[in-house]
Amino acid sequence: MELTGLFFYLVSILIAGGIYALLCLALNIQWGMGGLFNAGIAGFFAVGAYTSAILTTEMSTKHLGGFGMPVVVGLIGAGVLAGLMGWAVARICVRLKSDYLAMASIGIAEIMRLVIVNESWATNGSLGLAGIPRPFGEFVSGRSADLVFLAYVWAVVLIVYLVAMRLYDSPWGRSLRAIRDNEVSADAAGKNIEKFRVQTFVIGCAFMGVAGGLSAHYFRFLSPSATDPLLVTFLTWVMLMAGGSGNNRGAIVGGLGIWTLWSVTEIFVNRLPPEWVTRSSYIRMLLVGLLLQFVLQKFRAGIIPEKSPPIRFRE
Amino acid sequence: MIRLESICVDFGGLRAIDHASFEVEAGRITGLIGPNGAGKTTAFNVIAGAVRPSAGRVLFDGKDITGLKPYQRAQRGLARTFQIPHEFTRLTVLENLMAAASAPEGENVFNVVFRRGSFDAEERAIYDRARETVRFLELEHVIDVPAGNLSGGQKKLVELGRALMRDPKIILLDEIGAGINRTLLGKLADKIKLLNTEQGLTFCLIEHDLDYVSRLCDHVLVMAQGQLLTEGTVDQVRNDERVIEAYFGGGKYEAQA
Ligand SMILES: Nc1ncnc2c1ncn2[C@@H]1O[C@H](COP(=O)(O)OP(=O)(O)OP(=O)(O)O)[C@@H](O)[C@H]1O
Ligand SMILES: [Mg+2]
Repeated sequence: MELTGLFFYLVSILIAGGIYALLCLALNIQWGMGGLFNAGIAGFFAVGAYTSAILTTEMSTKHLGGFGMPVVVGLIGAGVLAGLMGWAVARICVRLKSDYLAMASIGIAEIMRLVIVNESWATNGSLGLAGIPRPFGEFVSGRSADLVFLAYVWAVVLIVYLVAMRLYDSPWGRSLRAIRDNEVSADAAGKNIEKFRVQTFVIGCAFMGVAGGLSAHYFRFLSPSATDPLLVTFLTWVMLMAGGSGNNRGAIVGGLGIWTLWSVTEIFVNRLPPEWVTRSSYIRMLLVGLLLQFVLQKFRAGIIPEKSPPIRFRE
Repeated sequence: MIRLESICVDFGGLRAIDHASFEVEAGRITGLIGPNGAGKTTAFNVIAGAVRPSAGRVLFDGKDITGLKPYQRAQRGLARTFQIPHEFTRLTVLENLMAAASAPEGENVFNVVFRRGSFDAEERAIYDRARETVRFLELEHVIDVPAGNLSGGQKKLVELGRALMRDPKIILLDEIGAGINRTLLGKLADKIKLLNTEQGLTFCLIEHDLDYVSRLCDHVLVMAQGQLLTEGTVDQVRNDERVIEAYFGGGKYEAQA
């Protein structure tokens, strides 16, 4: 019993870790390759989560839809809508320098979240959406459903990883990294910077939306607190920095690794005296912050640093 | 090939270029000289589109390009190097050169994800070209080093390499000689001459070393205090009193001495 309990604890870590790995891959496309400082991850995550939830839940009077569609359709819809939001944001902000882009994206993301909370005709406000289906929910139930979902999440991670690798190992990715490193000379070398940046931002936001959708299907229930920027935006940044910005494998390692540590700190923090437990989330933040400091002292560019892709024709 | 028509550039209160008009003729190697702060680099920035003039027009092959962005001018065949190296820091030397090439198929994000074969030939050609350029610039031993870790002179060579990778009609070289050893500099001069005579590539180069200028340039433009002072062959301008005055005597320099 003890052992199966531990096993399913591990499964839950791997599922959430996979969702964070997706967020890290998405942020790595934007920041690691493109140098775009997206501080509004939670907003795109939220758009994706609500889109997929509304598309896949059964008809309800409490919120928009639901449309009872298959989970795959929900996730594709999540990616498309989050990508469109990304496109709108990029059109406005992409010309901004990175620190301004950070401010603009955090503002817009918070606006998106506030809209979601307040437009309760569509999202049922703070009461949230219930009865969100899992993929293959009709065939499996109970704990084995977690195993199926685990496989589902990591299949999505694999697909996104392969796409990210193709983007990285290509003339497109090379030019994008050139723009990241020196905008002025990339411009002088004929690169349409704005076009590259809009594309990069849209692709990253779409994947963030898919991650949001997956998390909604995982918890089966979605309320605004599931899109807390502290847990989504901040943690994703920490993960990418620790794992290795500019490296897709580093992004996955960072996402999974930091999430595991984050979960383990929960065990410790819960043993603290009661007056401390209320402050547990801050204490965990502090621990994660310290950990990042430690990692970056030892590995400046993260655990798996950026590496130029090999050139195919090389003898 | 390039024509500036009464260009003015203002930086805050400072007028860096003051109604300058001149032409860089096609097929020639034109030198642009003048004392420090004369406005030479600013003139290059105006030609390349990095600085917007407050007045005047820029023509490229007879067409008005004043409103075009730098990348649009680059796509029309204008290449440049920077006085202060602007390398792609985290890209290797080879990648720096390859990234500078135009790659319409490989820079299409749909092709990159779904049609990997579509840019093979293009990429192969870019790679071969980059290898050849690296060999010529004697950068082979640092071919896989991130460009940010290079020495100043090596970075200058990367600048030049990137311009060569673009297959341009005209190359603007801003003090390419500064920091490069003499033997290689001689080789570069030969290469520039060769590209000019064999391929008809037009050059405009800023250089302080007048011997180097006289070795390369058929025609020299002299700028001082934001204006075109005079133009002609190297020997003509060398003996021009106004040029001597601008370099050795004159106004603000005398006042400081
Ligand atoms: N971005 C800028 N902002 C403000 N002033 C500038 C800027 N760029 C150039 N200037 C000023 O414009 C004038 C011309 O500078 P420019 O760089 O064109 O000179 P230059 O002829 O290239 O000199 P050098 O031979 O030293 O490279 C200088 O007085 C300089 O201080
Ligand atoms: Mg200069």
